[in-house]
Amino acid sequence: MPNLPAMLRYTLKRLLSLCISLAVASLVIFFVIEVAPGDPATFMLGINSQPDTIAALRTELGLDVPKWQRYLSWVGGLLTGDFGTSYTYRTPVAQMIADRLWVSLPLALYALTLSTAIAFPTGIYAAARRGKAGDTAVMGATQLGVAIPNFWFAMMLVLLFAINLRWFSAGGFVGWDKGLGAGLWSLTLPAISLALPQAAILSRVMRSALLDVLGEDFMRTARAKGLTRGQALWRHGLRNAMIPVLTIIGLQFSFLLAGAIIIEQVFYLPGLGRLVFQSISARDLIVVESVVMLLVFTVIMVNFAVDLAYALVDPRLRSRT
Amino acid sequence: MSLLSVQNLTMGIHNHPVLRDVTFEVARGEVVAITGESGSGKSMTAFSVMGLAPDGSHATGRIMLDDTDLLTRTEAQMCALRGNAIGMVFQEPMTALNPVKTIGDQVAETILIHGAGTRAEAMQTAADTLTRVGLPQDRFPLGRFPHELSGGQRQRVVIAMAIALRPALLIADEPTTALDVTTQAQILKLLAKLAREDDMGLLMITHDLAVVSEMADRIVVMQHGEIVEQGDTAHLLRNMRHPYTKLLFEASSHQVDLPARKSDAPLLKVDHVSRDYRTPRKTVFGAPGTFRAVNDVSFEIKKGERVGLVGESGCGKSTLTRAILGLEDVQSGTITLNGAPVFSAGKANLAVRRNMQVVFQDPYGSFNPRHRVSRLITEPFYLLDNPPKGQARADLIAETLEAVGLSAADADKYPHQFSGGQRQRIAIARALIIRPEIIVFDEAVSALDVSVRAQILDLLADLCRQYELTYLFISHDLSVVRTVTDRVLVMQSGQIVEHGATEQVFSDPQHPYTQTLIAAAPSLPDLTDARDEAAS
Repeated sequence: MPNLPAMLRYTLKRLLSLCISLAVASLVIFFVIEVAPGDPATFMLGINSQPDTIAALRTELGLDVPKWQRYLSWVGGLLTGDFGTSYTYRTPVAQMIADRLWVSLPLALYALTLSTAIAFPTGIYAAARRGKAGDTAVMGATQLGVAIPNFWFAMMLVLLFAINLRWFSAGGFVGWDKGLGAGLWSLTLPAISLALPQAAILSRVMRSALLDVLGEDFMRTARAKGLTRGQALWRHGLRNAMIPVLTIIGLQFSFLLAGAIIIEQVFYLPGLGRLVFQSISARDLIVVESVVMLLVFTVIMVNFAVDLAYALVDPRLRSRT
Repeated sequence: MSLLSVQNLTMGIHNHPVLRDVTFEVARGEVVAITGESGSGKSMTAFSVMGLAPDGSHATGRIMLDDTDLLTRTEAQMCALRGNAIGMVFQEPMTALNPVKTIGDQVAETILIHGAGTRAEAMQTAADTLTRVGLPQDRFPLGRFPHELSGGQRQRVVIAMAIALRPALLIADEPTTALDVTTQAQILKLLAKLAREDDMGLLMITHDLAVVSEMADRIVVMQHGEIVEQGDTAHLLRNMRHPYTKLLFEASSHQVDLPARKSDAPLLKVDHVSRDYRTPRKTVFGAPGTFRAVNDVSFEIKKGERVGLVGESGCGKSTLTRAILGLEDVQSGTITLNGAPVFSAGKANLAVRRNMQVVFQDPYGSFNPRHRVSRLITEPFYLLDNPPKGQARADLIAETLEAVGLSAADADKYPHQFSGGQRQRIAIARALIIRPEIIVFDEAVSALDVSVRAQILDLLADLCRQYELTYLFISHDLSVVRTVTDRVLVMQSGQIVEHGATEQVFSDPQHPYTQTLIAAAPSLPDLTDARDEAAS
């Protein structure tokens, strides 16, 4: 890697800002959720329960100590992997999240891989044939992809591949103990339905970023050196177009991890989205806090990774910050 | 036999004629300059030779490079010629290089793409070529990125890419237009040296006649896509036949007739002004550094005085301008207009602001395209407590537009309906309409063609007669400053290194920097004598 000291300094600075972001986020999450109305103990026992029963449950759940003390023990727990115990299920939150993560994380990665694999070639193709039939076709398709909600795709996929062709099961997750292939197979339809709208967006971003770059002076310089249009696009265009594309990929991953709730519902998958939804309905604050914190952590980590990727792509960023 | 022979080249883009019947030749070792104003087709001629004319263009005629007609080559054949037999250098060095690749890779690419060596050989040639263009390896190793180099250094990299394979023909499209005068002089010298050493034909495209007459063996003058005149430089300069050629040269050395000043009262006072900028922290917890862009600058402008400010990019001209206009506060010193500070209590002083206006360089970017001229030029009315209304407003708009050489009827038009020169007149009208005490012209004629520039300079002289203007004229163009100012300030690295009466400073510069600047600026030969000689 050229410029290692600059790159190292950049990485350390990003790491510091990552830690600060995480600390601030944990404070905000904890206190926002704490001030939200609704006492978990009251909720669990019902409106007509006796005050002393509620008080006893509050003590048992650890809700009777001062807020800052609860915050510290929560953060301390997070750092040591102890996320506390779910108020409603009475099981360790860490275990619940881990179970769901085993579905949501592979699903998000699978969908992201698909969306990138679709978006890159189509975006590059459209940019290379700007204004021609191929471009119009790709842009039309992506317009549809952006407009159609992903659950509708999901239902169409189920109709076609699960009910008519019977290639896939219509829902549920077989579990990884059946083998990697079987696990992936059962995540394929959800991954496709998640990926298509994201691919449409990413493809458009890729195209417009490339078109911007194609108009740059250095592309003309490349042509003057004797590069063909295609060579100039690959050697000089692509890497310069990556910054906006990486930004979108980062945003999409965070969204795919937590925002798959509707797709999880359609395919009956035990993912994080459903866990959040159920915990909020049940006032299971500790689960909500932990999952939200986990998602924030992921978003911040992804941003960190994207920042590092920026610097790898563009040497100017290494020296600037 | 000539190296490049363009014969009856006629070109259109989507049936819109761009070039008509262009015929000229470039021999080995010869420097030919194509000159003309914007839209003359000079750049399009260069791009046609490269086979890089825009999509939708269609050319007839012949472009012979030795025995090959370039117009009949396929795209693949042209790719093999570009960078190999013909190299090209562009106008804007800041953007002509790929920002994410090292300069070594970019120069070596020319060699690799034409299969002229292994990667190791290509890197070695790249190193040699960079050294040859004045970027020695000990100071500019191959691993440098473009953003680590200055504009002039980047232009050297672009030149290295173009000449790495020692092409027979080098095309340079406005290679020094974006550079400072001292850098321009170095780059021009380099191009001439390379052409001589490699016996290379050099086709220069430039609007700058001073550069043309100093550099070129032969001159081709273009207007509206046609060649109006061409010939050996010395001969053509003495015997200009076509009226357009004469007009171009006259406009380039245009002198205006400034009226004498009447008053002697002090107006603007800049007193020991310094302006610092914060630079990024070196370490995470370290204090941010400071960069002193303007360093202890003092000067005075009297009522009715026309003062020039010259200096190269980064010297602090723009920072000083912003401070004078009250757009930013300064770290020390005071700036006062008629004794009142331009910036007080953390914001611009409105009472002073209404007495200052500014005209910027870019006549295209300076206007909201959705507003009519009447609204655009009355924008400064916001600064007044009681702006004129109704008929008085309409009369003032009409009067001001006529004062800058437009007509009252133009008030209802939109900016896109005007040419660049007319837009600059609108910008002047906008500055003039509230009769400010002082106007700042920030590179106000730099983007204009020479003939338009001459008209705008005449307009300034007219306005001086009519309204007794006081102005600060900021420009990198020394010849313009020389004719439209009474006094000049020379700025270098944030300091005023020399100031004095314009004629005095130009004819007898005292500071070494001023001497360098004036020596570096290309100048037109004195043609009056030449013509008299030819006539006798």
